[in-house]
Amino acid sequence: MTLRTTAPIVLLATALIACGAGGSGSGDDAKPASSAAAVDLTGAGATFPYPIYSKWFADYARETSVKINYQSIGSGGGIRQLTEHTVDFGASDAPMSDDELSKAKGPVMHFPTVIGAVAVTYNLASLQAPLRLTGDVLADLFLGHITKWNDSRIKAVNPGVALPATDVLVVHRAEASGTTYIFSDYLSAVSPDWAKAPGKGKELSWPVGIGAKGNEGVAGQVKQTPGALAYVELAYAKQNNLPTAEIKNASGAFVGPSIESATAAAAGVAGKLPNNTDYRISIVNAPGADAYPIASFTWLLVYRNQSDAAKARKLKDFLHWYLHSGEGTAASLDYAPLPDAMKTRLDARVDSVTVGGTA
Amino acid sequence: MSGSSVSPAVLMADNGPGTVVRIHGRHIGDRVYRGAITFFAICVPLLVALVAWEIAVAGWPTFRHFGLSFLTSSDWDPVKERFGAAPAIYGTLVSSAIALVIATPLAVGVSVFLSEFAPRWMRQPVGFLVDLLAAIPSVVYGLWGIFVLLPLLRDPVMPFLRDTLKLGSTPFFSGPAYGPSMLAAGLILAIMVLPYIASVSREVLLAVPRAQREAALALGATRWEAIWRAVLPYAKSGIIGGIILGLGRALGETMAVTMLIGNRQEISASLLAPGYTMASLIANEFSEASSDAHLSALMAVGFTLLVITIIVNAIARWLVWRVGGGAASKPL
Repeated sequence: MTLRTTAPIVLLATALIACGAGGSGSGDDAKPASSAAAVDLTGAGATFPYPIYSKWFADYARETSVKINYQSIGSGGGIRQLTEHTVDFGASDAPMSDDELSKAKGPVMHFPTVIGAVAVTYNLASLQAPLRLTGDVLADLFLGHITKWNDSRIKAVNPGVALPATDVLVVHRAEASGTTYIFSDYLSAVSPDWAKAPGKGKELSWPVGIGAKGNEGVAGQVKQTPGALAYVELAYAKQNNLPTAEIKNASGAFVGPSIESATAAAAGVAGKLPNNTDYRISIVNAPGADAYPIASFTWLLVYRNQSDAAKARKLKDFLHWYLHSGEGTAASLDYAPLPDAMKTRLDARVDSVTVGGTA
Repeated sequence: MSGSSVSPAVLMADNGPGTVVRIHGRHIGDRVYRGAITFFAICVPLLVALVAWEIAVAGWPTFRHFGLSFLTSSDWDPVKERFGAAPAIYGTLVSSAIALVIATPLAVGVSVFLSEFAPRWMRQPVGFLVDLLAAIPSVVYGLWGIFVLLPLLRDPVMPFLRDTLKLGSTPFFSGPAYGPSMLAAGLILAIMVLPYIASVSREVLLAVPRAQREAALALGATRWEAIWRAVLPYAKSGIIGGIILGLGRALGETMAVTMLIGNRQEISASLLAPGYTMASLIANEFSEASSDAHLSALMAVGFTLLVITIIVNAIARWLVWRVGGGAASKPL
């Protein structure tokens, strides 16, 4: 939380310092394209991948002295700014809808960067081993169809586990968030009831439960309330040692959330992608014995046809860089990297970004 | 007037108000100054009007599409793009009302104590500490609420109200006690608006002339009677002004309320149940709202909040005016 809330301030400070530096020392670095501004590329969007993006941009600036300014204003804001072309690239936790794509000033390409997983956490003091849940039980818990922890359907997947006869208190995110999008995308995939209503989105009309602000608000509420059930992003659950449930995946195995199982989910889907995919793909409930079912890509959004040749060059260089160097550091901040098979295909896709109609 | 060395200030002081007009006509500096401050004065209401206009225009598609049901429906579903703001409107009004009901007696009590009873050495430090409550950032109140207030409410306060006092049989204190609730939001708002009401009341009470108290005491009134019948009526309009200031703060407070109210789109009579407010709704959903309908609905909520704030303030002005007029004409 602290990282994300202080982010705009840090960015502002960096921008100010950068401006100052550019103003005083513009004489010695006489590249025609970059002499006007100290920041070479600007982007805006998703807050969820902000920690890893800011690490990438800092590493990249150190290696190449190309500065990228990223504002983590939320996926919705990122898509809006890209549509109005006030930024060079956008970032989103949910792929752009057809409607949103049609409003953009030209075709927009989606580049998956890292994989985020959503962990299901709970407050059940009596449990020793991780709780096990299937998709339809999880959906019915969040739909309010299952209201007691000792419900026979929960017992059926947790044989021999002492479950209390207490009420289930569902806690969800109060504010719109990519975490909610991934979670509801999964529930929509496994439960026809859920798909009908509330469906999938960053903000839902929740059938039951209370809303808490941010991962930390949700986790705080769960910690304090016996019988609480909630979802938080994997990195947050890992860093705070929250208990996480094992979810039954498409192959029938119970898998806990981890960086490896999230990457495995992407690998399961990546192997079956058609050649002309636009990468607006969901990887929830992915095939593969090791795949964790509640996972999703997060994307960078780039116009296929760039107008400024110098910026396009820098943007393409960066896209290649994150696929080769950036992915290696993702796990250090608890983000799951892309499977290797996808990187080569995405490399070719970066090359298809054009300037004025030519590559 | 013959010597050019005489400064305008002297002229004004010597010749009274009429001189001002002549100076205004003569000196270009004065005209520029007058123009500048008039411009600044107009800027403020213009800015308010501009904000209202922009929000109204952005929210218009929602008002046109949903009509009155936007204000009366409880169905807020961004996925299906159906928007009804009734729970948020209800929550804003109820949480603010709870805050005022709790904070007003406390704040007036503190200021009466400080202005009438407290020994001189206590006045400054206690007054300072009360004022300090206003300086605490609202996110800190929210965190304190999550880690201290909510656990206390969950156990023992809410079960005590519901079961021990048997208030659970009324609809206002029924249902499970999770913690995040209308009551929690009202309590945190009460603490947040208290310094505003207290500091205004204190200043107003200190401004009550000594003669007012002395006259009442001379007539044989007890200390209590002197305060209740001579001092407080004199200060009434000022205290109401302070309450209104607090109300304005309560209606617009966002962060602390969002963290404690439970953010549930539902109207429930029970104060133990979670709710929503308009300010939290906008804060929660604006950053990720990408569809035009959703954005417009949030703008419409903003406009509704603005209108409610203006109405409440207008009523307050009227109250102050009425009470003020009444107090002046009434013999004490």
